[in-house]
Parts: sequence; structure tokens; C-alpha cells
Amino acid sequence: MLERPKRKNPVLRTRQPTLPPAARSRIALGLTAAAALGRFELQQCRDCGTVQYPPREACQQCLSIRLDWKPQPQTGELLSDTVLHHSNDLFFRERLPWRLGLVKLDCGPTVVAHLHERVAQAPGKVTVAAKLDRAGQAVMVALPGKEENMAEDRQLREFTCDPKFRKVLVTDGKTAAGQALVKALAAAGADLIWVGHAEPWKKFAGFDELEKIKQVTLLPLDVTDSKNVREVAAEIGGKVDILVNNAEYHRAYGISNRSGVDTARAEMDVNYFGLLRLAQEFGPAMRGRGADGLASATAWVNVLSIYALANFPPHGTFSASKAAAHSLSQCLRAEMRPAGVRVINVFPGPLDDEWNQLLPPPKVAPAALANAVVKALREGVEDVYPGDVAQEWLARWRDNPKALEKELST
Amino acid sequence: MTRRSYEGVAVAVPVTVPYVRYSIRSAHWWLARCLSDLLKQSRLNKADIDGLAVSSFTLAPDTAIGLTQHLGLSPRWLDHVPFGGASGVVMLRRAARAVQAGDADVVACIAGDTNHVDSFRLTLANFSQFARDAVYPYGAGGPNASFAFLTAYYMRTHGATREDFGKLCVAQRANALKFEHALFKKPLTLDEYMGARPIADPLHLFDCVMPCAGADGFLVLSEQRAKALGLQYARLLGTIERHNAFASDPVQMRAGWVLDRADLYEQAGAAPEDMDFVQTYDDYPVISLMQIEDLGFCAKGEGPEFIRNHTFTCEGSFPLNTSGGQLSVGQAGAAGGSLGMVEALRQLTSAAGARQVKDAKLGLVSGFGMINFDRGLGSGAAIVSC
Repeated sequence: MLERPKRKNPVLRTRQPTLPPAARSRIALGLTAAAALGRFELQQCRDCGTVQYPPREACQQCLSIRLDWKPQPQTGELLSDTVLHHSNDLFFRERLPWRLGLVKLDCGPTVVAHLHERVAQAPGKVTVAAKLDRAGQAVMVALPGKEENMAEDRQLREFTCDPKFRKVLVTDGKTAAGQALVKALAAAGADLIWVGHAEPWKKFAGFDELEKIKQVTLLPLDVTDSKNVREVAAEIGGKVDILVNNAEYHRAYGISNRSGVDTARAEMDVNYFGLLRLAQEFGPAMRGRGADGLASATAWVNVLSIYALANFPPHGTFSASKAAAHSLSQCLRAEMRPAGVRVINVFPGPLDDEWNQLLPPPKVAPAALANAVVKALREGVEDVYPGDVAQEWLARWRDNPKALEKELST
Repeated sequence: MTRRSYEGVAVAVPVTVPYVRYSIRSAHWWLARCLSDLLKQSRLNKADIDGLAVSSFTLAPDTAIGLTQHLGLSPRWLDHVPFGGASGVVMLRRAARAVQAGDADVVACIAGDTNHVDSFRLTLANFSQFARDAVYPYGAGGPNASFAFLTAYYMRTHGATREDFGKLCVAQRANALKFEHALFKKPLTLDEYMGARPIADPLHLFDCVMPCAGADGFLVLSEQRAKALGLQYARLLGTIERHNAFASDPVQMRAGWVLDRADLYEQAGAAPEDMDFVQTYDDYPVISLMQIEDLGFCAKGEGPEFIRNHTFTCEGSFPLNTSGGQLSVGQAGAAGGSLGMVEALRQLTSAAGARQVKDAKLGLVSGFGMINFDRGLGSGAAIVSC
């Protein structure tokens, strides 16, 4: 059972972030690409069906180069296990002892895996998952079968961003989605949740209910106001472990249904420049606390939109602002990586709110979005696509981005 | 087609450039010293060396060909054998064929590496594509973690105990105390072995080799030439080599020797019990035990019993790694693959001093190398006689 971290002694040096070894061959990044979505995929030969690992450029059985990354059964047999008491690498040296296992997967290959504390000594059955480590690269993790509190394992917590005992900032508490996020994070054990609201002189629907949640502290935060963002960051930036940026400006229409750029500029000001302002003010403080004990700075969540992947003309300028935010989030991800702070991008399908009124169902309920965010934090994935629409768009986009563009333009 | 014998091949002039824990020199320095010692002891000139085989990890970015210019050699036969612990046997058997075919008259086989304070970590991080992708990110324990898995599996499956492995390590230390170049100078007791700090369970400190800098080398030439030069030499009776054997075994409990040992003993016209000593590749004691089993000294799984029934010092019932092996001399990178070879040559030419195995006439040298992912890929062995 994970214990509440002790209060930090501010006089002691904050441990600087280190990362596990991050170098991979290009072919091995296939494992990372799947793990970023929470999937477990291994190379499989299209010609002879052999499943292989470590990743190769050709099939070790028939030498075919027609290799696909395919979902595989995750069960296997723990053949052998060890506890490292020595490591040549700074990241692991600071975290010894460290448990490892050698697992024969039922689909064929033998893998080296990080080993969960609740897995008994070999031999025995395990479930293997591919998780992103602090360097943002996929690693194999051998887990016990289904069990509660799995994420409380000391080693696994190094790879995930569990909100339990962590301090979270949700940038906009005024929307239904923002309020659902706050509730889900509170239920997940977050220690403290700062909730931003842009116009503090107005009481919004749901205000009273938010105030009743004991972890919640409401604070004025307007992501379009550089001075305000700087002041808030100066006050709480050094304590935020997880930042959830859900502030959003959303209007319908594309280019020709409206004259002038005011609406598009407002969308950019919140959706793109808002992220930029937050990243400039909160990013450095969070980077400095990437290894600050059990409750270190650990994740930055951007609520984007599936429209960030391909423009949805009926919401054309909104799509463009989300595409801009998506691009910027990739920059943020690169800049947060040395600190091991994960940037999680959430690409929901249309939310069930007033601005998507004219879109047909299925639409993403606020609670479903919130649960997807908490799940992503707990499982340590990097890209999340909540809702059936988002899943379908993703599949279409991965299959053929040009085809999706054509489909959306008719 | 029947295998041609190695008749007429001489293996001579065992050289060890004294190991040091850390060196500020590059691999080229160690290999140069090795070659220089080979020339001095054989009284040959540099121009007489018309064949060169090289094994080294830290020679990068150079390979053997760059080394020819570095050392001012002009060989007509050149080989680079970056196979780690298997390289000694592989260099020997290739050089032997070159000499038999007349492609080269005198082949210098040299293996060596430097060891800077941080070079071991860097070697591990970049050892192979599979290591970088699928092993190093897991705790960066290097081969310790890989061999911990094998050792734990072997202990569970075949009932070996830490004391069994300790017996090998303690005996090798006793042998090392009689070898002037061994880096370990203090005796090791079984209590000290058992009480050592853990490294990667079940491996403890004295199960692991210590990385160091050093070089080993030897000459391969015709018996005729060796006699003319007045060199003491050993004859080569048989060799085997195999890579990536038993690839579908889920965990390595055997290697290529199992496939090739019948061939080896047939070439030599000898049986395991005829060997007067054995030099295994001993990066971890479990690997020595695997070789003892795979080379037919006992059946698979009977290793623990074999250890309990034998003694392994130079005067023991089964003289093993008579210079102390890498576990007690040190692991000078790729030189570890030739450490057993030079010791075998010393034993067979009565140059082993206080370590001399009585009436040593026939010996087996085994090599094992390259933990590319989860197991050692290369295996080889040679039987040599006086």
C-alpha cells in the first residue's frame, strides 16, 4: 500500500530528474508507438505469422521484410527473476533495488521485463504490458493478473502518472467537462486540486458543488491574460504535479460563414496561446520537480480535439486552433522529456455540449472524458482518443489521412 | 566431405600484457604491446608477421585494417574477430587454416581492450542493437542481469546451490594466486564468497568478473617454422564453432557445444576423460558449469554433483581455469576470449610455473561470447596437445 508522502523539507536539495536509457533503434519505436496508445503490439510476419521480439528488420523465420505491428496476447510464463542491487545507470542506481523478470510469452518470444512487486518468484503466470517509461520509451512490464491497487507498485509508479497523493491544476472549472475532471481526479485520490475560473466575479453553474469537494481550491485563472497566468504560476507553479489544460474556446463554422477574424482569434487566444502561456510559466517549475520524490511533477494533460488530426470544415477555425495546439504540445513534450514529465494529449470526439448541438450522437459525455484522463494518467499512456467518433477518426486517419480529408470535405 | 585435420599447425608464444584495473591508454596501446611481446619472445621481425587476427571492443572506430597502419604492419592475411569470449577459438581455427593453405606463414592472434573509468558503462549501453532496444533500458545491469536469470533458472531446475558455484570461484582464486598477472592477490574463502554483497540475485560480488584493461596473444604457424625458430609449441587436434544454436530454447541452458562436441572429440581422437585440464570461458560460474555439461564431462543437470565430486585447482581432480580465469585474473574485454588459450599453451609447453598441471599433455579450451540479447550466441572449443 502506497503511503502518503511526507511533507517536503524545503531546505534539502530537490533531487534532479534523470531518465532511464532512452536510445532505441528506429524499428524498436514500433513498440513505443503502440504503448503510447496503451496497446501491446509485437512484430508479426505477414508471410509466415511468426511473432518476434526484440524488433528486427526481417522475419527471423522466413526472412520476409513484410512485418506488421499487431496486438498480441499478453499472457506468459515467468521463467526467472532477479533483483538488481547494482546498476551503472544513474536513474536505476537512485531507485535500487530493482526487480526484473525473464518471461516466455505465450505468443512465442522471450522478453526481459520490469517485474511488479506482487508477482511471486518464478515460475508462474504473468501478464505483460508495454508501458512508457520516464524517458517516454516503451518498456515491457510483467504484472500479476487482475488486482486492485496495481498502480501502487513502487516501480510501476515510476512509469505512470497516478494522481493519487498528487497536486493537480485544472485550468477551467466552469464547463461541465472541467467539473467532471475535478470530480474524477478527487475520486482518484488527488491531494489538492486547484480549479481555475476565468471570470471570478461571476458565479457559474456548478460552483457550489465544486466548492464542496474538500480537495478543491478555486482560483481566478484566465489563460488569455499573460499577467494573470504568470501570477498564478508564481504562486502555485512549484507545487503542481499534474496540470490539466482544458480551457477551450469553441465556435462553429469555417471560413465563409463568418466575416472577420475575431472569433478565430479568440479560439487561438485560448486554445493555442493559452497553452503557450501556461507552458512558459508552469513548464520550467514542473521540469525542476520531475524527480521530486513519490509526489513529483509527473504529467501535463492537454484536452485537444479529434479535429486536431484533420480539419472538420463545419468547425473549421476551431479545428485549426486545435491543430496548432497539437503541434505546440509536441514541442512541449520534447521540452518536458528531460525531466520525465509526460505530456498526455487527449483527442476527444465531439463533446456533448451546446457547441456540438447539431452533431449527431455518439457524443462524449463529460464524465467519460474525465474518466479517460484519469485512466491515461494511471496507465501512463501518451495519446488518448475518448469516444467512438474519435476512435473511428483515428482508425481512418491511420489507415489513410488523405482519404479522411476527402471524406470530411464532402 | 570429411573435415581436414589440423596436422602441421603449431600454436606458440603465449603472451599476456599485464592487466590493470583502469588504463588511460587506448586499445591500440594494449594491442601494440601484445604484438611487441610476441615479436620479442619469438625473435621474429615485424615483417615476418604476414597474418594478423584481432579481437577488441574498444578499438572502435578502428578495425583490424586500421590497426595495420597504426602499427606499421603489412600482412597478406587479415581478420577482425569481434566475437568477445568466442574470439580466441575462432581466431585460432581461422589462422590454422590460413597457415595450412599457405595464405599466411605466421599469424599473430591478438585480443585486447582498454578500460577507462566510464568505458564499461558505455560498452554496455551500445553493445548491440538488441541490447540497446530490449535489455539496457531494464535497469542497465548489463550482463549481470542476464546471467542472474540463467543462474536462478539453473539453480531451480538442477538443484545447484550458491556453495556449488562458490567452490569453483574459490578454487580459481587459489590458482590465480600462482599467476603473477592476476589482479586478485588475496585468497578467497567460501565464507567470503557467501557473504559478499548481492549484485543481481542470486549473483553476488564474486560471481561477477571485474572489467579491466589488458591483452593476450599467441602465434599460429607451421610446426616446421616453429621448430626452425626454436619455439615451444602446442599442436591443434580439433576445433568447433557454432553461433545462435538452440534459438528457440526459451532460456539458455545449453549452447552450440552440444551440437558439435562429437565432431570435436572425433577430430582429436580423444574423449572428455582424456583431458588433463580444461579452460572454460568463465564470465560467471554458471557458464563454466554449462560448458562442463555441454562438452560432455557430465550430463545436463549433473553439474552440481560433478562439482561436489571434484576439485578444481591445478593439482585437483579436474584442473579448471588454471590461471584463475577471468573471475580471478580480471576481464580485459575481448582478451577474456584468449585468456584460457594462452594458459593452455603455457601448460602444454611446461611454462606454467607453480601452476603446472602434472603431466599435462592434452587440454581443452572453450570459448563463449556475445550476450546480444538474452543469451550468449557464440560457442567454440579447441583441443590442444603438446
